Amino acid sequence: MDAVPMSFVRYVDLTIDGKSVRVPEGTTLLQACQSAGIETPTLCYAENLTPVNVCRVCVVEVEGARTLVPSCSRPAEPGMVVHTDSERVRHSRRLVFELLGSSVDLSTADPKYLADMARYEAVPERFDTGDATGHGAKATVQQPVKIDNELYVRDYSKCVLCYKCVEACGTDAQNTFAIAVAGRGFHATIATEFETPLPDSACVYCGNCIGVCPTGALMFKSEHDMREAGTWDESKQAVTDTICPYCGVGCTVQLHVQDNSIVRVTSPHDHDVTEGHLCIKGRFGFQFVQNR
Amino acid sequence: MDLHLIPGAVASDEEREAIDAAIGAAAPERHLLLPALHAAQAQAGWISPGALNHICARLSVPPAEGFGVASFYAMFATKRRAPRTVHVCDDIACRTKGAEAVCRSLEARFGPAGQDASGVNGAATWVRSPCLGLCEQAPAALVQRAGDARGDEAMAAATLEDLVLAVESGDARAAQRTVVPQTDAPRDPALRLLRRVGLVDPESLDAYRAHGGYAALRKALSMGPERTLREVTESKLLGRGGAAFPTGRKWEAVARNPVRPHFLVCNADESEPGTFKDRVIMEEDPFALIEAMTIGAFATGCERGFLYIRGEYPTATRRLERAIAQARARGWLGDNIMGEGVTFDIELRRGAGAYICGEETSLFNSLEGLRGEPRNKPPFPVNVGLFGKPTVVNNVETFANLLDILSSGGPTFASTGTAGSAGTKLFCVSGCVTRPGLYETPFGSTLRAVIALAGGVADGRALQAVLLGGAAGVFVTPDELDMPLTFEGTRAVSATLGSGVIMLFDDRVDLGDILIRIASFFRDESCGQCVPCRIGTIRQEEALHRLVDARQQGEGGTAREVTLINDLAMVMRDASICGLGQTAASAVQSALQKFPLDTFEAPQEAQ
Repeated sequence: MDAVPMSFVRYVDLTIDGKSVRVPEGTTLLQACQSAGIETPTLCYAENLTPVNVCRVCVVEVEGARTLVPSCSRPAEPGMVVHTDSERVRHSRRLVFELLGSSVDLSTADPKYLADMARYEAVPERFDTGDATGHGAKATVQQPVKIDNELYVRDYSKCVLCYKCVEACGTDAQNTFAIAVAGRGFHATIATEFETPLPDSACVYCGNCIGVCPTGALMFKSEHDMREAGTWDESKQAVTDTICPYCGVGCTVQLHVQDNSIVRVTSPHDHDVTEGHLCIKGRFGFQFVQNR
Repeated sequence: MDLHLIPGAVASDEEREAIDAAIGAAAPERHLLLPALHAAQAQAGWISPGALNHICARLSVPPAEGFGVASFYAMFATKRRAPRTVHVCDDIACRTKGAEAVCRSLEARFGPAGQDASGVNGAATWVRSPCLGLCEQAPAALVQRAGDARGDEAMAAATLEDLVLAVESGDARAAQRTVVPQTDAPRDPALRLLRRVGLVDPESLDAYRAHGGYAALRKALSMGPERTLREVTESKLLGRGGAAFPTGRKWEAVARNPVRPHFLVCNADESEPGTFKDRVIMEEDPFALIEAMTIGAFATGCERGFLYIRGEYPTATRRLERAIAQARARGWLGDNIMGEGVTFDIELRRGAGAYICGEETSLFNSLEGLRGEPRNKPPFPVNVGLFGKPTVVNNVETFANLLDILSSGGPTFASTGTAGSAGTKLFCVSGCVTRPGLYETPFGSTLRAVIALAGGVADGRALQAVLLGGAAGVFVTPDELDMPLTFEGTRAVSATLGSGVIMLFDDRVDLGDILIRIASFFRDESCGQCVPCRIGTIRQEEALHRLVDARQQGEGGTAREVTLINDLAMVMRDASICGLGQTAASAVQSALQKFPLDTFEAPQEAQ
């Protein structure tokens, strides 16, 4: 008879903001902060995606480290002494929010980010340059909205380049690889090959990119059109959980309904089956309900 | 993988042939993406949708990702571009030699940079370029010629007339040379890293052997890997790429790592503005680098090595290609090296115009066919490096030191230089200096001494400032010239040796203009991955423009800009992923701290 493998959970002791914290080995500093009840702002992090640690808003100060470290991806180590509210941490978090706020349209961003910006007293307007012209004028990522299909729109003026959509389109969920980061530096952007329209690309319209987008840069066309018409009103929306009727997988879908019409479909990130991801049928195949 | 290719885009026969030749008979794996893109670019002058389709189909890469990689590099065009592109350096060293005026003249003659040059029927364009690593012969240029057997060629010093000819006909009249003043008669007998420069035919393995070549490898093979490692550790050699990490410690970590295979990488992506030392070694003594890499591989258990050279070094690339082929033919690369049963071979890979790829983890990603974005550290390369395996990665100059360490022994090497900085150091001296060039001195010389070695400030002018360590380094005032050029000596005064750049600016240079060029360099070279660097570098550049404009117009309101610049410096240094963002404010900060702001008030022509 084969020996039954025993699994050991080893624990790591560290100090966060003066508190002793014990977490299982492999726990990230972000998770350790959560377990200690310390709120940490995140932007590019999502439970259902591999951490890319690019936004740097979750940075913390680890004693002995030359630079701040991204808590979302740094594993806790024995004896670490971590500060999450030091002057350096507050400065970096504030500046990251200010830099994003100064270059990206955050008008449809998840309110939680706006609350975090306020918490860190970020004033993106500090970088406004009024009527400055030429090289001294403030650059932004402002660009025309891309509407090339009936299901969703891409407004990269609202893109914070968190890489979430690329991850969801790639190995973290869909394995379609229709989009990637293209270009470099401030002009880096999310793009299909040669910026070809979505209908000519590998896109399968699963909408999982919309599901993870934190700023509304990717949006249901139904939502976009209602916002344009001034009729989008989340206070009048009800969210109903149900099971997708199409196949036997049993994905939970959340129907966002306004004025008796489905205006958006999501899935809970903590749902065992979907982890927040759906396919084209679950995400967009709801029109038949409205054929009255 | 079920690839969705670009509908209707078909490669031309020529593109297909070039791409297939680059991929060769090897297994069509993703790490061949960069060589395949190079082949397409060199054939057609741009990466066409058809060419990308063919590459992606051969290598099983999604076209969106292939496009993401192609559009990352400055030497690749993803929109149709004229087959001939003249890259004109307008970076800091070349600015002291009139590069800006040359660019304005080119614009007047041929139209804006990046557009089809007028009067040549769509055959050519010219673009502004960051530092081309030919600072000692500034101003510099690079002719990139697609569909042309002559390939790419570097030019320096290039006059306006030379550049006009290059745009119009593709002829690179002012071919670059190598400038190492200490090798002029009377030759400095103390040269070590440069001992063969000018004496040995860089294209002949026999000539290299006649000058003592391959004795160090033979000695290492006879000593065995353990003793070789010990010599390196005892030599106290510190990495010359900028971070000064102990080479022996790095090598031991890889050698002892049970995970296999191990890889060895030579970082020859020398792109720090003002730096040209590695270029000189590769052009004039390429076998020395190959021998040193072989020693490193033997000591650390690597059977496969990659030499990643920046794309703007065509002469060094050709010489290394020849040298690797000769070493292979002689049985000194490949299986059973020198009949000792040791296996090691080197693949030469060209970068394609991206400063960030000199950052070691970006370099790995670039080699693997990904965008050249840095990885988060830890894990460090000795544990998780190229292809996720334990990897030795060292700079060219670091490798070059190996030969002396093996020949004379680690402890002897450690006894040279200073206590904290063993050996000799290469310095790239350029700008407003009498004899610009590459210099080698034992560690411990002062900055003043090295400047004196190069004949002091040119034209008898007064020295305004020295940029030490490159664009990621710091400015030094004329009062600080007595600092010893050692790792510990520069650290003590919050400076850095960086990549060994010593760039002089005399009293005629507009320092504000130089600072803005440095800021625009980092903005242009930021990979865009993390927020502090992607947006911080552009905000820094904008604020510097406003600051300099305000000073020039005698306006107030500069305190606001200084506050913004300082705030940006702190977030870039603290929260950027890699060294690029962490040092993008370094030179600007040092200048703002050390030089009165009104230095920027009265720009004068550098000529």
